[in-house]
Amino acid sequence: MSRIAFAAMTAVAAGVAFAFLLLPLVAIFLRVPIGELFDQLGNQVFQDALVVSLKTSLIAHAAVLIFGTPTAYLLARKRFFGRGALITLIELPLVLPPAVAGIALLAAFGRLGLLGDELDALGINIGFTQTAVILAVAFVESPFYVRGAIASFEGVDENLISAARTLGAGPWRVFGRIALPLAAGGLGAASAIALARGLGEFGATLIFAGSLQGVTQTLPLAIYAQLDQEFDVALAISALFILVAAAILIGLKVFTWARLGSISRFRLVASTSR
Amino acid sequence: MGTARLDLKVPTRGFDVEVALDVGAETVALVGPSGAGKTTVLRAISGLVKPTSRLVAANGEVWFDSDRRIDRRPEERAVGYVFQEYALFPHLSVERNVAFAGGDTGDLLERLGIGELAKAKPTELSGGERQRVALARALARKPHILLLDEPMAALDPHTRGRVRAELRTLLRELGLPSILVTHDFVDAAALADRIAVLVDGRIVQTGTAEELIASPATPFVAELAGGNLLTGSARVRVDGLTEVVLDSGVTIVSTDEADGPVGVVVHPWEIAISRMETADSAQNRVRARIESIVPVGNRRRVRVGPLTAEITAASAERLDLKEHEIVVAEFKATATRLTPLS
Repeated sequence: MSRIAFAAMTAVAAGVAFAFLLLPLVAIFLRVPIGELFDQLGNQVFQDALVVSLKTSLIAHAAVLIFGTPTAYLLARKRFFGRGALITLIELPLVLPPAVAGIALLAAFGRLGLLGDELDALGINIGFTQTAVILAVAFVESPFYVRGAIASFEGVDENLISAARTLGAGPWRVFGRIALPLAAGGLGAASAIALARGLGEFGATLIFAGSLQGVTQTLPLAIYAQLDQEFDVALAISALFILVAAAILIGLKVFTWARLGSISRFRLVASTSR
Repeated sequence: MGTARLDLKVPTRGFDVEVALDVGAETVALVGPSGAGKTTVLRAISGLVKPTSRLVAANGEVWFDSDRRIDRRPEERAVGYVFQEYALFPHLSVERNVAFAGGDTGDLLERLGIGELAKAKPTELSGGERQRVALARALARKPHILLLDEPMAALDPHTRGRVRAELRTLLRELGLPSILVTHDFVDAAALADRIAVLVDGRIVQTGTAEELIASPATPFVAELAGGNLLTGSARVRVDGLTEVVLDSGVTIVSTDEADGPVGVVVHPWEIAISRMETADSAQNRVRARIESIVPVGNRRRVRVGPLTAEITAASAERLDLKEHEIVVAEFKATATRLTPLS
């Protein structure tokens, strides 16, 4: 009796959870017929936002990869005083409200901020430009990448690094020929999740960069701007986001599954051969 | 060929590893229980851990000298390090693994009999093949010293004998100063010229396998050194037993099957000593002079010619055994284990 009750309880809980998660997503596609959804993609607001989003996301993402990868490698390989504190610092944007991140960026790089005078003297004005969007996106997505990258580098067998060193490899070769290729799978996954998070960045961008169509208005900001003007445009952009997010998630699952599959196939080969 | 000198003190969690060793063109086995600091010695030689003192030198090059503040990085020391489990790079082919150290790899692959595996990935190889790839990769470094960490541990029991024989031949041919870490005395006796027993970071005894078996310095060495190891040539007789002509010329028999060069293992407690040849079931009798009698607890280790027997102190007294007397050592064919050496 109690067994059946427990099974019923878990089934109901799971049913409610899935319905709650799925219903809003389905609703977007039910509100807009697929045909009209594609028509909205010709909308100028959408096209401007798409260009801004792609440009800023890709530049921010490149910066996160270029600076984040060596940082993660350092934190994964070296044991030093204050390492735990540094990792916590890197994770801070994860738990920080995006609005606070926006304010913090303004306080640092805004015209009236910490570096405002110095940047002004150099003729650089960051606030409410595309540079501000790039900084906001990079700030918010970086912990997603760096955390995953640290775990990937820590997963590389220490003996392989040692072996490479005894074979005469200096730090560049150890990194390029051993650590990077062996961590590549995990780095790719972390990179995809960080990119998705960056594309969806809203709060920090709004506060630090504003929402100027064609300049700083990214896709999420366009959704917000179109909310009380053309709701269908907001819906269409949202639908597009759902498709992109689904594609990234499914891509990651397939990629992970293929890698695990190939490893277990190798094990089978190794154990059946002599 | 060159020689290597070490005089090391390396602090570890439990104790300091303190080892002083000169290695000529020979293989020295470091044998001991796990956690004794064997791998730490290899890591200190290769520069992967830093000793507090004092010296590592190979082939006339000083790699570490605490007095002169010399401490070369691992990549600046010509060591051939065969890691435990081999540590082959899983994403690189056999060929690229071996080529990692640079230089010509074709000859090495052929020499180690893995030429046809050049394009294979390490995950596709058997344990013995992986060992050969690891050796080829270590040798491609043109090392002044060869370090082998438990090279036999990752192998199936039924391939061990063959792989051990191949490794033994290779080590002899190379003539490099080599240090082999193992917890298995039989591997050490078969592969090394000298054995150093390491316990809690200190070498408690150094000597040939025969010396350690005959006169162990501590009960631990006695326990570890266990069996006698003799070498000889085997052939199967018509009655189904295997006849082994030992290098000393004496012929013995075993119930194990073998053909060609073999190692013969007999545990000291399987050997009985008598004053005259008796007519009992023991098939093997070796008449020889008593060379030494060493007390180990309530037992006596009696060296009779090439063999060490272990008998109770009471038996030794009853027989009134004395050095230089001629006695007969007897052991059964069923207690005579054979391990192929080729």
